[in-house]
Amino acid sequence: MALAYADRSFRWVTLSPAALFLVVLGVLPVLNLVAMSFFTIVWKNAAADWQPVGLANYAAIPGDPLFSAGLRNTVVFAVASVAIQMVLAFFLALWCSQVRTGRTLYRTVLILPLLVPGIVVGAIWKLFLNPEFGFLGQMLGVVGLDPIDWLGEAQTALLAVIMVDVWHWTPFCFLLLLAGIEGLPRDVYEAASIDGARPWQEMLWITLPMMLPTILVTAVFRFVVAFKVFDEVYLLTGGGPGTATQVISFTIYQRFFTEDRAGFGSAISVSVIFLVCLMLVAALAVRARLQERPA
Amino acid sequence: MRRAHAIPVHIALILSAFIVLVPFIWVIGAGFRSQISLLMGEIWFSPTLASFNDVLFSRASDFVLNFQNSLIVGLASTALCLAIATTAAWSLGRLHWPRSVVVLFLGWSLLFHMLPPVMLAGAWYSMVRAVHLENTHAAIILAHTTLNLPMALWLMGVFVREVPQELLDAANIDGASPWMTLWKIARPIFAPGLAATGIMIFIFSWNEFAVALVLAVKQTATVPVGIAKYAQGYEIQYTQMAASAALSIIPAVILLVLGQRAIVSGLTSGALK
Repeated sequence: MALAYADRSFRWVTLSPAALFLVVLGVLPVLNLVAMSFFTIVWKNAAADWQPVGLANYAAIPGDPLFSAGLRNTVVFAVASVAIQMVLAFFLALWCSQVRTGRTLYRTVLILPLLVPGIVVGAIWKLFLNPEFGFLGQMLGVVGLDPIDWLGEAQTALLAVIMVDVWHWTPFCFLLLLAGIEGLPRDVYEAASIDGARPWQEMLWITLPMMLPTILVTAVFRFVVAFKVFDEVYLLTGGGPGTATQVISFTIYQRFFTEDRAGFGSAISVSVIFLVCLMLVAALAVRARLQERPA
Repeated sequence: MRRAHAIPVHIALILSAFIVLVPFIWVIGAGFRSQISLLMGEIWFSPTLASFNDVLFSRASDFVLNFQNSLIVGLASTALCLAIATTAAWSLGRLHWPRSVVVLFLGWSLLFHMLPPVMLAGAWYSMVRAVHLENTHAAIILAHTTLNLPMALWLMGVFVREVPQELLDAANIDGASPWMTLWKIARPIFAPGLAATGIMIFIFSWNEFAVALVLAVKQTATVPVGIAKYAQGYEIQYTQMAASAALSIIPAVILLVLGQRAIVSGLTSGALK
């Protein structure tokens, strides 16, 4: 059948620019990382000197303290911050869907942090949490307590970074869950109220189960971004104190750029790509399971 | 939906809004302080414009240049990304590619979207050096276009699906060329989606830091790169940092006021459809 709008050459013309970008600036850099991961690369007279080292870069990964700390902290950070955000966002969305007056105003204020650059969020909280003059320090001072250096103590630094991320990204979960709640069918609630269901019963047995697909999708979206976290950590703690807030993106940055160990940094990157592939497969498997269920 | 307990719900929401706003207000306030007043931890202070003045007009400050750079990079990469993502989404969604092509294309862009961008920055740096673009905006524009392409493809994929098939069939019978079908017939229908996607990827470009940090030189540094500099000198300039942070919130507030519907539609349709 001759469909003019789906003309063969037109099909190629429309797809190839994006394909060009995804191959030249997407696939090639990844292949470049794979290639570099088998070499030690040193700069001599402004030219890269590649010395083959076989699998030595990969063999060094398990013993790299920045890698293991980075991976552990990234997982703790991503799981904890997404979990907290989902709970907070669920209640915020529920409350927001229940008010008649001022809903748009609440939504406007509550999503504001989402639009602010991560580095600015880092700058705001670095000042806000400063033990000498920050707001929280001042408040503790007013009630006669010593200020706490949230970002400078190994015990609290990761927690502080997680709380900053919660402040930054709960708005995203809130917005998606609010859209989900607003799209739920009304008649179920009418039936429930005729049957005399209490508000908490409605929430637990109607809203929560019907929202489950939206909650899962939102959590996955958030987890993907949380796994890539870099900006806030760069400004708030620089991975410190020690390796308390070292995250995997920051490990790659330090090994690759700060220390100029491109070969080793590439091997770490390739390992992370492999982990991301595993997560992707797991996520697709979960999605396939969900879609099997009758909606 | 039940609307009982209106007052406790309002109190909870006002409290949450307060938690969101306090850090903003405090930092804006810190921008109006003198360095001494801030470091002394005075609760009451007499406001001064010195830090804003420094950030905006001092010769040592690059803030205005950074702002221009962010605007150039954001607008150019958004335009480029929208153009190639819209045609590609149209192609993949409506032009009867074999399923394997669609799966391969979207699968790769999904995986690519999950990778920490910082790992790609090294290769991009070598590439832009090889073609002598390292001191230009083009380096960051191309990188941001690539980084935002998966999200744009995803969103536009949702929006081009909303164009009714009958319309395309009618255009086909009337002998419209493929470009005309896309541009004159389909585009008006997915135009709101185009706006939503455009605002989203502009914000992502405006906010992006890690790749810009690697690719930018002094002349092309964007706002996030510039702000990070304030926090890293030997002597941190706290009030300038606060003032520049306060100034860089302005675009977000403007977008929130003017484009909230597009932002909400961009965020929710990407995830929920």
